[in-house]
Amino acid sequence: MTSEPAAPRRRGLARTSVGGAWVGMVPFTVYVLIFMGLPLYEVVHGAVTSDTNQLTWQNFSTIFSSSSYWIPLENSLILSAWTSALGAIFGTWLAAAVVASPAGSLLRRVVASASGVLAYFGGVALAFMLIAAYGRAPGGVLTTWLKHIGIDLYNQGFSISSLLGVGVAYVFFQVPLMVILITPALEGLRPQWQEAAENLGASKLDYMRHVAVPVMAPAFIGALLVLFGNAFAAYATALALVGVTIPLIPAAINAAINGNVLVNQDRIAFALGVEMILIVSIVMFFYWMVQRRARRWLQ
Amino acid sequence: MVAIGTVGLGGPGALGGGALIGEIDEAGAPRPPAGRRWQRPPAWRLVILVIAFLFYAFPFAAAVKYSLVQSDGSFGFNNYSQIVSDGAVRDSLYTSLEISAIAAVAVVLLMLPTVVLVRLRLPRLTLLLEGVTILPLVVPPIVLASGLAHLQGSAPEWLVKLWFNHPLTGLTPTYVVLAMPFSYRAIDTGVRAIDLRTLVDASRSLGASWFMTLTRVILPNVETAVLGAIFLTVALCMGEVVLSSIMLYNNVLPVEMIQVGASSPGVSVAISILALVFVFVLLFSLSFLARRRRGSTSVRVI
Repeated sequence: MTSEPAAPRRRGLARTSVGGAWVGMVPFTVYVLIFMGLPLYEVVHGAVTSDTNQLTWQNFSTIFSSSSYWIPLENSLILSAWTSALGAIFGTWLAAAVVASPAGSLLRRVVASASGVLAYFGGVALAFMLIAAYGRAPGGVLTTWLKHIGIDLYNQGFSISSLLGVGVAYVFFQVPLMVILITPALEGLRPQWQEAAENLGASKLDYMRHVAVPVMAPAFIGALLVLFGNAFAAYATALALVGVTIPLIPAAINAAINGNVLVNQDRIAFALGVEMILIVSIVMFFYWMVQRRARRWLQ
Repeated sequence: MVAIGTVGLGGPGALGGGALIGEIDEAGAPRPPAGRRWQRPPAWRLVILVIAFLFYAFPFAAAVKYSLVQSDGSFGFNNYSQIVSDGAVRDSLYTSLEISAIAAVAVVLLMLPTVVLVRLRLPRLTLLLEGVTILPLVVPPIVLASGLAHLQGSAPEWLVKLWFNHPLTGLTPTYVVLAMPFSYRAIDTGVRAIDLRTLVDASRSLGASWFMTLTRVILPNVETAVLGAIFLTVALCMGEVVLSSIMLYNNVLPVEMIQVGASSPGVSVAISILALVFVFVLLFSLSFLARRRRGSTSVRVI
């Protein structure tokens, strides 16, 4: 202890140069560069080069000219669109019902925790829960039960391992994610505004139309965009429910990596990966623009 | 007061009705406190709460029933006891728990000093840090996995031995990256809420080293936020399946669940139920640990 140069250290806070602070950023920077930058570089570099390491657009023209890569993209976009729309509508409705109860109430705690579990952890566990419930008749408990009362889901074309089934599974985590994202905005909706509006003679409908909806719109659209990106990037649930055969972009990447039958398959996976990153980036850009507007009311 | 009367009569039909009534009670309005109990929740609230409950409770109850059906058709806890008696499942559970523990520690070691440093000394890096930590949400896990799988196949042998040979070294570092969007935001929210500069000045002027300041002064003050980051990291590590299955680490819990599910789905369903309950208990207890009124109970993604 005594051998430590205590005096300069003590004055350190006031004196240390900014250079010293930058040194403190080294661990984080190095870590991110290695464990995110390196794999990301592999993907981007692999996508724009050929096997002989020359710059090429060949990989992209392959994925854009072949219907076997167009269809998964289309499916992914459609699936993301309707699951995020359903999630946003029901999530907002649920969040509004929950926010109406006082902060710290049991209802709010339970919904917040359950939302966290399903939105962030869901994945495989959710998939198995749904297989147990909606799997084909002798197995799926609810499917069997519905069959007994005369509704044969699988005869109507439903299957938990179809695109529709996977979409239904996605809704199970899209709704809670919406609840998490929209709750702060709903909390920011001041009761005083309604009070003021009604004082000025506004009906409940007027208040909704001229105050609540315009104030909520940016937050709602922002959250909707996050939900879209979330569904678009998600794969865990689909992987556990179906595997590589589901015609979605992540499964196409999975198939391209692990099915090393054809040459250049890795590069196809990388090109699809870059395509995914670009689409999510566009979504996140719009999110960022909307978010700037939404923040105005959330202070 | 007129306003209060009007809204009171209007009923809590619109958004925020309940909160408003709460405020009026607090303000000591001349309304009998018991009056609140008489107000039936409006139909739109009840309808969605019932729908949501049924939507989630039915499949969950179905899964519980499914997990209790043993392979011979009788009811019992065989599927649950197999989690421990089946060596492969047990080992994968241990591996996943190890990964979770190491990742949780790494997240705190990496994020807390960085966030404190940026808040305190390099505020102009805030936007950059926000951008970098959001990247794992922009880059889908499957894309990160494809890059890593390629590295795994093409890296020199020493690197493969060092990095990819075991799921602990192959997955944990990337899980820390995947957890960044949550962990950064959780810790940043916590650090924002305290008077960091005063705390650090006081601690440093009393002769404490940076290490002491971080562990003895800052950490206890942002305990809830750090716990939130830890819990979400653990949840992520216990559930992550895309990276681990693409990189062919078959001995972690989620991948093992899928493999076991092919032959005895009851066991996988049993693990799923336990895992969901486990993570729920983690987050639920966190909501009680959170001291601050708002904001720290639910960690926001973005």
